[in-house]
Amino acid sequence: MATKASRSAARLMMAPAVVLLLGWMLVPLIMTLWFSFRTYLPLRGGDQGWTGFDNYVRFVTSSAFWPAVQTTLIIVVGVLIITVVLGVLLAMLLDQPMWGQGVVRILVIAPFFVMPTVSALVWKNMFMDPVNGLFAHLWRFFGAEPVSWLSDAAMPSIIMIVSWQWLPFATLILLTAIQSLDSEQLEAAEMDGAPKLKQFYYIILPHLGRAITIVILIQTIFLLAIFAEIFVTTGGAFGTRTLSYLIFQRVLESQNVGLGSAGGVYAIILANIVAIFLMRIVGKNLDN
Amino acid sequence: MGQIQLKQVTKSFGDVQVIPPLDLTIEDGEFTVFVGPSGCGKSTLLRLIAGLEDITTGHIEIDGTDATALVPAKRGLAMVFQSYALYPHMTVRKNIAFPLRMAKMDQAEIDKRVEGAASVLNLTDYLDRRPGQLSGGQRQRVAIGRAIVREPSAFLFDEPLSNLDAALRVGMRMEISELHKKLDTTMIYVTHDQVEAMTMADKIVVLQAGVIEQVGSPLELYRAPRNLFVAGFIGSPKMNLINGAEAGKHDATTIGIRPEHIDVVQSDGKWQGTVGVAEHLGSDTFFHIHNTGLAETLTVRAIGDVSLRHGDTIHLNPRLDEIHRFDAQGLRIA
Repeated sequence: MATKASRSAARLMMAPAVVLLLGWMLVPLIMTLWFSFRTYLPLRGGDQGWTGFDNYVRFVTSSAFWPAVQTTLIIVVGVLIITVVLGVLLAMLLDQPMWGQGVVRILVIAPFFVMPTVSALVWKNMFMDPVNGLFAHLWRFFGAEPVSWLSDAAMPSIIMIVSWQWLPFATLILLTAIQSLDSEQLEAAEMDGAPKLKQFYYIILPHLGRAITIVILIQTIFLLAIFAEIFVTTGGAFGTRTLSYLIFQRVLESQNVGLGSAGGVYAIILANIVAIFLMRIVGKNLDN
Repeated sequence: MGQIQLKQVTKSFGDVQVIPPLDLTIEDGEFTVFVGPSGCGKSTLLRLIAGLEDITTGHIEIDGTDATALVPAKRGLAMVFQSYALYPHMTVRKNIAFPLRMAKMDQAEIDKRVEGAASVLNLTDYLDRRPGQLSGGQRQRVAIGRAIVREPSAFLFDEPLSNLDAALRVGMRMEISELHKKLDTTMIYVTHDQVEAMTMADKIVVLQAGVIEQVGSPLELYRAPRNLFVAGFIGSPKMNLINGAEAGKHDATTIGIRPEHIDVVQSDGKWQGTVGVAEHLGSDTFFHIHNTGLAETLTVRAIGDVSLRHGDTIHLNPRLDEIHRFDAQGLRIA
């Protein structure tokens, strides 16, 4: 199959896709790097030449930088904990034989197909609105004062919305992993005198280890870049300004392309550090 | 101690009764083999005894006390599964120690028992490996080790050798038999392979469609099969079953004769036919014989290497005192 001719033909045919993808990635990356070293204020004089590392220094020394990093991490970790814990429980529930299993599984997966913008709007207007939202009605029904979710509890609200979106993904991956568990192992554990809770701890959880690592890895990469949910709900106010949202504000609200680009470069570095870190964990986990 | 008694036990899945009322007693220290074709309910029966399935009606008594409602762990039985069911993320040591840890046993005692089981099963060098790094036979031994350390009143084996290759199977067969002699504990062994049943069992229980066809020692079943099913199931190659006029001569509807009870003679045999396929095993030769006018094919064992070729005419003399006679219901005529 792999003759010299077929190999060079394969390279030739793959070339357009590779060139396209490479261009798609390299052009924005190089432009970001380029702008990050220039003073570029589109509405206040345009491109004003080189500034060296000024933009980088300004971005990290700004009072908004560390809070933004912190916010990003809180959202990522919070969503990960909620989705993994609930995902494991839901996966075990869905693994049980029950009536209407197929329909239930599709319903559970459904939130993943809703666009982030749409789901954030639905949550904001349908559930969390302090006057007409379902939560407000529920609170009033029990005689409590409705909560203004997105201003008084902005971070928990955002974590809740994003968790709702990512829970199906975690559940789906964990469900397939649970289904691959040999039922004889659980029976053996039962014969060995392990009650249900210990069966979970000693058999099911180690079996899910690999799937959980993969869920954490993939979700972290996507969660570091969440934007639409924040843009639609709080607009970055009430302590919900993440790193990606800060970059957006620098570029579009402050009209400072240079400063925003420098932030973008930081975000690339941060994402890569996280990715390397996670890849090592996954690599270790996959070896065993 | 490990006497197990089943009293009028039945099992239904929905409307389908897979085990009609069944009585069986397994004596303490006995090696009992449940044998039957696949789907005959032998594994279900084992799982009922283990407690992994609930029985629909009836009682199970272990050592004289009713165990019908006990959970598996409380029955004092240990099971070796077909897939071994080892815990893949634990080392061999942890696998074997698992039931003891669950019983909250003292760590020193756990270590002692694990080392003991490992030396009995030749696993000492592998204690710190994971199941994934072991061969099939070694995994099998780990599964047995996990059962031994609990010092159960009976062992249950669910087709434990079916995932091993033929050579290893013979070896493990011996090892399990040795183990039974050494521990002198009740063992119940499920298999579809009648050779395993014949070689290992003190008592064989032949099952078909959830019904016990016959219970007895291997040689009892070989010498006096109670009906046609047992006659055809026990013994390898299968017993020749002959209907029609030849059977009529013996006042039976069907007669059966084992391949080893038909002698090949040079001429003037009582029966004759043409040689079909010959299987040369060295020590014996099995001939498949056609055109005898008795049955479609007749299997005959000849000692040593007999030089008859495909298409040759062969003369046969059945040993008349080895003929089994069965009536129209398929039951043995004494």
